[in-house]
Amino acid sequence: MAEQQDKATIIVHSGDMDKLYSALIVGNGALAMGMDVSLFFTFWGLLRLKKGGLEKGPLSKMHMFGLGKLMVKMKMKKQNVASLERMMQDFKELGGKILACDMTMDIMGIKPEDLRQDLIGDYCGVGTYLDEARNSKITLFI
Amino acid sequence: MTEIVVDCTGETCPVPLVETRKALRKAADGDIIEVIGTHPSSKKEIPMAVKALGLKLLGVEESGDIWKIRIKKEKEN
Repeated sequence: MAEQQDKATIIVHSGDMDKLYSALIVGNGALAMGMDVSLFFTFWGLLRLKKGGLEKGPLSKMHMFGLGKLMVKMKMKKQNVASLERMMQDFKELGGKILACDMTMDIMGIKPEDLRQDLIGDYCGVGTYLDEARNSKITLFI
Repeated sequence: MTEIVVDCTGETCPVPLVETRKALRKAADGDIIEVIGTHPSSKKEIPMAVKALGLKLLGVEESGDIWKIRIKKEKEN
């Protein structure tokens, strides 16, 4: 078996705002520390890659019809937390790879032109994920 | 050899770490990068990243809430 690489592969299954933050913070941190990183966007996570969809996710807890999210966003702004768009741009600049699940696209009727093609490196299935994950030191499902 | 200053004062996780890495990628071999910031954990974590990248940590200074980390883009022997 091939030797494990200094690499992190993360499945972004959730479309919740806070979980997308977790995925991008871990991803950007790993890139900053010299690792390779691939993010696999699937199911609800993939919706965040739709044009205009990045910031649209609800909070995983205490969303309260948007009120909870609004309060968390205000807190984040006060603490100077970077936006998801900025984290995505940093992720790309540091050489991170973004992959979109093609089966989710079929199920949800999403076409490549509906998605942020400026962010997506490739469209793929589970085989690509496993090919990368089997040799990664870190794998996460968020 | 150039000195590059990366000002991350007031920024929080993971921005100081990410900005450090961005500056290191753009720098030429032999350049010195000085990162200034206030985020407490980054003061410990930027040196961890420097070590992981195999680069040279020149020093960490602190005065009040502000820290300064100096890095040389040069492989450690």
